[in-house]
Amino acid sequence: MIERGHHDMGGLPAGKVEPTEHDYAEWERRVDAMSMLMGAQGVTVDERRKNIEMLPPEAYDRMSYYERWVVSLAQALIQRGILTTAELARKMSDVEQRG
Amino acid sequence: MWSSVVEVKYKVGEKVKVMKAYPLGHVRTPFYIRGHVGTIERLCGSFPNPEELAQMRDGLPAQPLYRVRFLQNEVWPDYRGGPADVVEIEIFQHWLEKA
Repeated sequence: MIERGHHDMGGLPAGKVEPTEHDYAEWERRVDAMSMLMGAQGVTVDERRKNIEMLPPEAYDRMSYYERWVVSLAQALIQRGILTTAELARKMSDVEQRG
Repeated sequence: MWSSVVEVKYKVGEKVKVMKAYPLGHVRTPFYIRGHVGTIERLCGSFPNPEELAQMRDGLPAQPLYRVRFLQNEVWPDYRGGPADVVEIEIFQHWLEKA
């Protein structure tokens, strides 16, 4: 059985890497801060990476860097029993309705 | 530094083979290097096993981590660079066997 994780793409054909300078949005800075704070509370980078690696391939490709991180942080909170999936779903629905 | 550490098995200059295995989970050994033979370039230290940290366990005993050097033209069949070009990858001891 050969299983290559979707994220484990080293060596696969790909286009040229175009480095660009960009500023970070406020929410991206917040995700970064939350990531650091949860790290200090013992949520390891490996745990956070595991959650990113579990994303379906289409979602992994579609999401931006910090979108992937925020999903992984939410999953870590759910896995630790701090948030429930229902609470997260309710909040997502509220935010969606704000438009 | 860690309460328990696995004994260091390999010396600088020794040839090692990366396990050719494809388990699911948070694996730090890149897919493309599994099954290849390289040379120990240095011991980087010993660290908790990220595969275990990802599952919210302590990752102990700590595993020795090596920087392993591979010839590019042995890794990539269609490599068009120089014959002395190398790629160096940090790999945990439990992914290595004597070549």
